[in-house]
Amino acid sequence: MAMIQRFRLQSLAALLCIFSEPLWACTGSCGSQWAVLTPQGSIASQEKDLILTALGLMLLVVIPTITMTLYFAWKYRASNETPDYAPNWDHSSRIEKVIWGIPTLIIAILGTLVWISTHRLSPYRPLSSPYPPLEVQVVAMDWKWLFIYPDLKVATLNQLVIPAGVPVHFVLTSDAVMSSFFIPQLGGQIYAMAGMTTHLHLIADQPGVFEGYNTQFSGPGFAGMHFETRALPSESFHQWVQTASHAPAILDHVRLTQLEQPTTDVPPQIYRVTAPRLFNEIVESYQGPHDRMKEN
Amino acid sequence: METLIFGRLNYHDIPYDNPIIMATLGGAIMLLLVVAFLVWYHGQWSYLWREWFTSLDHKRIGTMYIVLSLIMLLRGFADALLMRTQQALAEGGVAGYLPPEHYNQIFSAHGTIMIIFVAMPFFIGLMNIVVPLQIGARDVAYPFLNSVSFWLTVAGAMLVMLSLGLGNFSHAGWSAYPPLSEKHYSPGPGVDYWIWGLQIGGVGTLMTGINFFVTIWRLRAPGMTWMKLPIFSWTILVTTLLIMLAFPVLTVLLALLSLDRTLGLHFFTNHLGGNLMLFTNLFWIWGHPEVYIVILPAFGIYSEVTATFSRKPLFGYTSMVYASLAIATLSFVVWLHHFFTMGAGANVNAFFGIATMVIAVPTGVKVFNWIFTIYRGRLEFTTPILWTLGFIVTFCIGGMTGVLLAVPGADFQLHNSEFLIAHFHNMLIPGALFGYFAGYAYWFPKIFGFRLNETWGKRAFWLWLVGFYLAFMPLYALGFMGMPRRLVHYDNPLWQPYLVTALVGTLLIFAGILCQILQLTLSIQQRRLLQENTGDPWNGRTLEWSIPCPAPAWNFAHLPTVHARDDFHVTKQSGQAPPSLPYSAILLPAASGLGPIMGALAFLLGFGLVWYLWWMAAVALAGLVLCLLVRSLDDETEFLIPATTVEATERALRRIASSPYNASQVSQ
Repeated sequence: MAMIQRFRLQSLAALLCIFSEPLWACTGSCGSQWAVLTPQGSIASQEKDLILTALGLMLLVVIPTITMTLYFAWKYRASNETPDYAPNWDHSSRIEKVIWGIPTLIIAILGTLVWISTHRLSPYRPLSSPYPPLEVQVVAMDWKWLFIYPDLKVATLNQLVIPAGVPVHFVLTSDAVMSSFFIPQLGGQIYAMAGMTTHLHLIADQPGVFEGYNTQFSGPGFAGMHFETRALPSESFHQWVQTASHAPAILDHVRLTQLEQPTTDVPPQIYRVTAPRLFNEIVESYQGPHDRMKEN
Repeated sequence: METLIFGRLNYHDIPYDNPIIMATLGGAIMLLLVVAFLVWYHGQWSYLWREWFTSLDHKRIGTMYIVLSLIMLLRGFADALLMRTQQALAEGGVAGYLPPEHYNQIFSAHGTIMIIFVAMPFFIGLMNIVVPLQIGARDVAYPFLNSVSFWLTVAGAMLVMLSLGLGNFSHAGWSAYPPLSEKHYSPGPGVDYWIWGLQIGGVGTLMTGINFFVTIWRLRAPGMTWMKLPIFSWTILVTTLLIMLAFPVLTVLLALLSLDRTLGLHFFTNHLGGNLMLFTNLFWIWGHPEVYIVILPAFGIYSEVTATFSRKPLFGYTSMVYASLAIATLSFVVWLHHFFTMGAGANVNAFFGIATMVIAVPTGVKVFNWIFTIYRGRLEFTTPILWTLGFIVTFCIGGMTGVLLAVPGADFQLHNSEFLIAHFHNMLIPGALFGYFAGYAYWFPKIFGFRLNETWGKRAFWLWLVGFYLAFMPLYALGFMGMPRRLVHYDNPLWQPYLVTALVGTLLIFAGILCQILQLTLSIQQRRLLQENTGDPWNGRTLEWSIPCPAPAWNFAHLPTVHARDDFHVTKQSGQAPPSLPYSAILLPAASGLGPIMGALAFLLGFGLVWYLWWMAAVALAGLVLCLLVRSLDDETEFLIPATTVEATERALRRIASSPYNASQVSQ
């Protein structure tokens, strides 16, 4: 069923590509600075298709509307003295039906697209893959990103390293204000909020380096809160994990307290993790019985 | 003791060390002093106080609203220029000239000012001027409330302005999401300025909403049934409905945030059960209808000018009315599309996505109705029509990107990026501001008795239009590059050319604004040449054009009776001269100084609450209550204009009987 829907979506997209031609063309040839249009993962690809399909569908109405506006304005200019001037004409049931009908039709199609795509692209939906997903816990801090790999007992700061071709399950929270986790070339974003966890499933199809951002304004250090995502071939990723698990720096409660101090433009770091429940403790420190404020 | 008297106010709160702020502040104070001096030199202070500040005449209050809006537009635009320059510069090793603390205040102030103190007062000014004239009324339902509303808006605006030179403004964005806006992350007075500026201005807006809803409901001329109500008044009726439903949410929201900040409660904090998403939801339950509050009046203006200058009635009037009502209803069920990325389930996101898209249907219908009003018409390319055509074309693009953002899967990639910035400016500048400019040019003669210079108006339009495209189309592109909004600095050289282009666009808009200033100055100089003697400069269709220009204080010497939708047009068509009825004395609301006094007290109340000067807040609050008492006990709230004065003024204003559009000459 999903296959059929996907097939239909693609043929529709192909049909509409005449309208959003420049953007489609870009996805083939333009530089990788067009992050949203040059996806490197399955989720981002589907999101790109969705954007271009929706744009194409709307251009079906928008282009004729703009043309009609300019054409009528020119044709019916006062100095032209067109013979069909109708000084009292203000109603036509036929036109009314069309102008209610066409937008309704387009929106009905788009609405269907929304329903299907929203469920398929839900950030909470695990990706199907022969490989089990890698779990990465993401903590937004003032003003840096902490990535904890709970199963690998390593962590990184302001740099994300993932294996290419393996789905990644991000679990996110914040240890300060709200932030939004976004790697355009891998797929859309989700908020990270204190005392709450959100989930995001992404995958990098090929090895590569992709820029990641916080898009939710979070204070003075906000502009520096971006990070590099390195998707490595699985061999290199395992090597990297090996190296990381012998990293001199460790992530424990002391380190966490240091990291909780607001800092800007912090260079990337790699840690060994010695406190396995750290992520949960961060979440709980804003909740119920463990609320740090209550304890104080 | 010192805290008791001075609160947390300290002379270190004046940013001496910041040359940009101090220069701006110095300039503003100098300008203010020069203006004050000139007014004094010409002996006009008492005239201003008697005839304007204390006036309860809706036309005067409306004019003051627009003056306020234009002043604030200059401030908001200066902020835009600063931001665009910073972003054009600050790539890689270049830090730009604004530190983050300052830049963050600038974009927060820009958003707050442009929405609350430019868009709102501009359309409220226009509706003040136009609605009573369109519905054939002598004044609004509650003239004194109208004056208080205006002065509360001024008080709110002044609090925001004051934050420039005393303390700082909020750095948390115009939407002030907690916990960033909570005391822990924003301990200074900035967010409090934001809260109390909005709160005081918001109360003024809410009262205006009630006032105009009642005015349209109760004071329509005899015979003006709902389907004969001019379309601008219709959109205002719907807008006031939205104001009455949405603004109380803002009031509560701001009250809760101020309780968090002032009394240490935990509605939206990270700790002790506070939840920031509660704020976010409430903010947009107000914030989304707010978008339609500023756009619907502009839709009304476009409808009026398109019909007038196409020399045809509005196509699909009934559709327009139902479309407005549909937009208003739907505007309350779409708020979640501002945060699809909070991690709600797919069903929730899909519901709000589809609900948002459905709004495109009535909005699209409106666009087609304007197009079919032009169809088979005789379109005159006046300045208001240029704004309208520029709007329709540009708005189609903005509508399209808006529907795109309503697709949750697409929004995940475009949310919080420069694409979003491009989108909402694409809606608000052509959607709202162009409409207000059209209305400003269209109704200007009704207030001042002369038209605006068309040449400079058209130049302003072209500069604004081209400037708009140059300033915002690159931002769409940057969105596709993944550039987040609100960056004070970035490390991607490929973004820079687009940001430089955006700066060039902003400079063109600046040139457009200069043209508008020149247009106003020139028009005042050429007022004899541009003088409007007929009362009907555009061959208008609705009642406001049936009375002289400038409109006399009593609007209608004889209250009209309405028989048709475009009643004045139909009267002109019939070729019958209006019957000459005897003049009678007219009772009008008397000027009251309590409006500006209450505004000043509200300002002090806000100032006291921002700086923890509790004594000042208490005194101001007591003063406000006292003012209400004084007003309630005052029986002399009206004055009588004798019939002879009415007659003499009417005759003088209608000094020339014939005009190009005079009734007998209109043959169509």
